[in-house]
Amino acid sequence: MTTNIARPRAASPAARRGGKKREEQNERGLLSDSDRGRPTVRVVLICMQIIVLGGLVLGGIGPIVWAAKSAVSTSNDILSAPLSWWPSGIHFGNLAEAWTRVRIGKALGNTVAVAVGSTLTSLFVSITAAYVLSILQPRWGKILSGMVLATLFLPGVITLVPLYQTVLKLPLLNISLLNSFWALWLPAGANAFNVLITKRFFDGIPKSFIEAARIDGAGPIRVLWSVMLPLSRPIIGVMALLSLIGAFKDYLWPLLVIPNPDKQPISVALPRLSQSAELSINLAAVFLTIAIPVVLFLIFQRQFLRGVAMTGGVKG
Amino acid sequence: MSRSDVVKVLEVADRRHSSRRDGAVRRWFRSTEPAAIIFAVPVVLCFVYFSWGPIVRGLLLSFQRTNLVQAPQWVGLDNLSYVLSDPLLPKAALNTAWFALLALVIGFPVPIFLAVFMNEMRRTGWLYSALAYLPAVLPPVAAILLWKFFYDPGAGGIFNTLLGFVGLGPFPWLNSTAMAMPAIVLEATWAGAGATAIIYLAALGSVQTELYEAAEIDRAGIWRKVWHITIPQLRNIILVMMLLQLIGTFQLFAEPFLFTGGGPDNATLTIMLMIYQYAFVNGDFGAAAALSLILALFLCVLSGVYQLVTRRWSD
Repeated sequence: MTTNIARPRAASPAARRGGKKREEQNERGLLSDSDRGRPTVRVVLICMQIIVLGGLVLGGIGPIVWAAKSAVSTSNDILSAPLSWWPSGIHFGNLAEAWTRVRIGKALGNTVAVAVGSTLTSLFVSITAAYVLSILQPRWGKILSGMVLATLFLPGVITLVPLYQTVLKLPLLNISLLNSFWALWLPAGANAFNVLITKRFFDGIPKSFIEAARIDGAGPIRVLWSVMLPLSRPIIGVMALLSLIGAFKDYLWPLLVIPNPDKQPISVALPRLSQSAELSINLAAVFLTIAIPVVLFLIFQRQFLRGVAMTGGVKG
Repeated sequence: MSRSDVVKVLEVADRRHSSRRDGAVRRWFRSTEPAAIIFAVPVVLCFVYFSWGPIVRGLLLSFQRTNLVQAPQWVGLDNLSYVLSDPLLPKAALNTAWFALLALVIGFPVPIFLAVFMNEMRRTGWLYSALAYLPAVLPPVAAILLWKFFYDPGAGGIFNTLLGFVGLGPFPWLNSTAMAMPAIVLEATWAGAGATAIIYLAALGSVQTELYEAAEIDRAGIWRKVWHITIPQLRNIILVMMLLQLIGTFQLFAEPFLFTGGGPDNATLTIMLMIYQYAFVNGDFGAAAALSLILALFLCVLSGVYQLVTRRWSD
């Protein structure tokens, strides 16, 4: 799917409340205890468990393991015996070669630069916007939030071509952002979904905090910096995570605006490589690309899953 | 006064107090209009340049001819009629619809089933959700390149080898006009199902489990409990996810572009690929904008009709 598709609104608060209740009381699910006790149910459940778990292991881990295996195989082995373990030995040199000679390391660095920059722009824009819309509430705030929200309902395809033209030559400023990371960083700021979740988050912060700061003589900038920002850590975490995933995933837009191979992020560099480099180097590059997000996921698994569930509930 | 009355009075008083406090804060910030203007500058600039501006520009561009060097020329409905008379358009529209339908049939029930199943696994649920989410973690481009290799049409391709163990194949996969599209949908389902299942899993937390007990007293079996209690309580989120999936599949680009580039024999040519080819292969930005406009209008109409039709079932 495209980067910022809105997700359903229905379940969020109730879902989280329900989830918490479940943890506290170890509440029952679909199956009752007597259901679980019945032999047929038990056999079917175990069979399903084996099938589903087997399928998930095969589908989830299988491709990663295969990529890992092939990353250190010879091209010949990959082609002639794709399912056997290293008939002609393990070649760790593939990884080094992919990292340096075909410059996967550089492309990964570019991806990180894109992700960090996009996250910062997105955070800056959505936090200031949410501060205006949720706390300062000027008279024209309703119009602004309406116009931001309206873009959420328009399919992204409509802006593809004109956005490219805009980046090619920024109106009024007459600067071209082609081949510059700014072409990826700046449009990341125009993300209605991020503005929306930040505004919702700010709406949930008790007004008494702001009042207290105000009595202490804080101005609007001070309130944002010393009250709102420290309280926004969870939402900043979620948005950073989403931006990072987005930077790894986005393909079409960086393909269009970064034609220079030295600056391309990994998602664009990888398909280009697959046409020129030999197979083993190619798969070593694929493996290096998937290794980073997989390791990050295994470390931050709970945050990932919670973030997905949460944004899934809040989006839209 | 009973205890609960006292609590109620306290609550009302508190609410009144806090609403007065809210009012005071708001009044204070009324005087901070200049600050609001300054804080609104980033969002307004960003949206003017990269969202609102391009939307307006795209509308105008649909009625112009431009080669990015000379000033654009008004051509009225020429772009639209050019696009609509393109002999490839019906093919691409049918392919896109076929893709959306396949994705709905293959890809839609899988995450619901997974979520309901994971929800029953009390101790090992986390393992299932972590495994199911793993494909969604892989960068799509890397996953596509891997799958492209899996789909190798020779007898030595991964899928053909695996299916060979049970005496099937070898299949031509992406090289056949009939199998290319289902193959792409299969990969897209694999990539997306886990993330969607996690969202359903969160929604399942709000299913009222008392209803299951009520159903059991009425001697309802497991299957009937799923069909009459679980699914109906998820229907709002199911309806929204279905619409989002439709909108998403209509705009899918990387998969058909990287797997097949639209081939074989245009069997996987989608509307998005046509837009890309108009603009960035032929350099005809007007036609690309016109086709984008048609697709966007279609999607707006689609979600409008969808919401009208499903309004009766939701809420």
